[in-house]
Amino acid sequence: MTTELICAGFGGQGVLTIGKFIAKAGMAEGKNVSWLPSYGPEMRGGTANVSTVVSDEPIASPIVSFPDVLVALNQPSIDKFADSIRPGGILIYNTNMCPNGCKREDITKIASPMNDIAMEIGNAMVLNMLAIGIIIGKTGLIKYETMEEDLSNFMKDRNPELLELNLKAIKRGIEIGKS
Amino acid sequence: MAKILMKGNEAIAEAAIRSGCRLYFAYPITPQSELIEYMARMMPKVNGTFLQAESEVAAINMVYGAAGSGKRVMTSSSSPGISLKMEGISYIAGAELPAVIVNVQRGGPGLGDIQPAQGDYFQATKGGGHGDYRLIVLAPASVQEFADMASEAFELADKYRNPVMILADGMLGQMMEPVEFKEALTDAEIEELPKKHESWCICPNEDGDKKHHHEINSLEIDPVVLEKHVTKLYEKYAEIEKNEISYERYNISDDNEVLCVAWGTASRIVKSAINEVKKDGKSVGMIRPIKVWPYPYEAIAQAIGPKVKKVYVFELNTGQMLDDVKIAVAGKVPVEFWGKVGGVVFTPAEIKEKLEACFKE
Repeated sequence: MTTELICAGFGGQGVLTIGKFIAKAGMAEGKNVSWLPSYGPEMRGGTANVSTVVSDEPIASPIVSFPDVLVALNQPSIDKFADSIRPGGILIYNTNMCPNGCKREDITKIASPMNDIAMEIGNAMVLNMLAIGIIIGKTGLIKYETMEEDLSNFMKDRNPELLELNLKAIKRGIEIGKS
Repeated sequence: MAKILMKGNEAIAEAAIRSGCRLYFAYPITPQSELIEYMARMMPKVNGTFLQAESEVAAINMVYGAAGSGKRVMTSSSSPGISLKMEGISYIAGAELPAVIVNVQRGGPGLGDIQPAQGDYFQATKGGGHGDYRLIVLAPASVQEFADMASEAFELADKYRNPVMILADGMLGQMMEPVEFKEALTDAEIEELPKKHESWCICPNEDGDKKHHHEINSLEIDPVVLEKHVTKLYEKYAEIEKNEISYERYNISDDNEVLCVAWGTASRIVKSAINEVKKDGKSVGMIRPIKVWPYPYEAIAQAIGPKVKKVYVFELNTGQMLDDVKIAVAGKVPVEFWGKVGGVVFTPAEIKEKLEACFKE
């Protein structure tokens, strides 16, 4: 089984990090993974996207033409990538920054006010962890425990409070993904 | 050792250090800057020398000097910077010194852009610098292979006293994949490495013993002497062509109706397309040269099965390896080419379309 993801948003929203944590967790669970960022003269406020592949097979192309899952944190990301989602695929998007949404009917759409929820949890920075939670809740692509272990390894001593917020965001995301 | 998720640029740097590289000279350029940054961070920790030169020309000449000591030395850059290094590379080849050069290719010509491309194939495999010389050229297709090629490149450079190029591209430099590193050489082992070069290298001569007097030079004013030197180089290159060809066969069978040839990251996209058309019962094989010099001409000729109607070459350039494929195919079947340039990378969907069209003809 191969799952292909594209995560896209404004630079600074943490989209590259979403892909990175999914890839790291996939690797820790014994899968083949690849992580290919858009790169270029981009900066905070510009657009950024990342293709992530998690597979039981060796990964051929790291470039994703037709994602199984698109995580769109802003409207330009939907406009650019939503048409390419495989029929039956999943669109996870942030209603706070996607006013027009997506018109496709042949995919599963999970619309969530991610900015609001992140603020409610206590820090705008946990928006990307919320997105990871939704991916986990909806697809089971990786396990929550793997994420918890990875985050704990480098945050437990350095910033235990932020760790708690991150884990809370993932758990909240899982609930949203499952409902 | 556990797998680590790493960018290609960082993986090749780490692997080079593990392979005994303690001398690295370079000048930053996108999309390979993580490589030089990694070296800047790590070299001091292993008592190595990292030096950001004032230019690419200076860096390659530092490599030239350091290689004369017989120690493992590396430089890296991206396309425009590699052009600047070409004079020095020719000198290093002429003086028969071991060195490793990494090219993380980007779009050209000129300053071009910073996106992945394969436009430096001619430069790497057919010369680039002046004079009759050859580089051994390794073309990785994954982060793991990129890392593994570090030790291979240093060993080949040592074995043949010849510069070796690792020809990657921006995609491989920037992407992260799991990588498992080989055991690092110990300081004692690294200390031993230059000893096999004592017959020619510049080494300490404090006791005044003339037996260590060696000259490192690429200048031979007497044409008869130079002729002899170049002939000797070509005997060495013939030996490399005999021993060092490497390639991957993918989905090759007697059922193949199309045979693809692709190298580096482009080959991975072709693989995806081959897997896709396979689902519809269409048989396509692929040869991927792992070294692009020496080139696997024989392997390509042999892979043309009884049903193959066409050999299809896909590259991120306007058709550079294409010439080598034509030499290999020698007119047996038609050879077609399709590519993308300027840093635009073709997608699996586009290649799939090209392959499907072959079955409609």
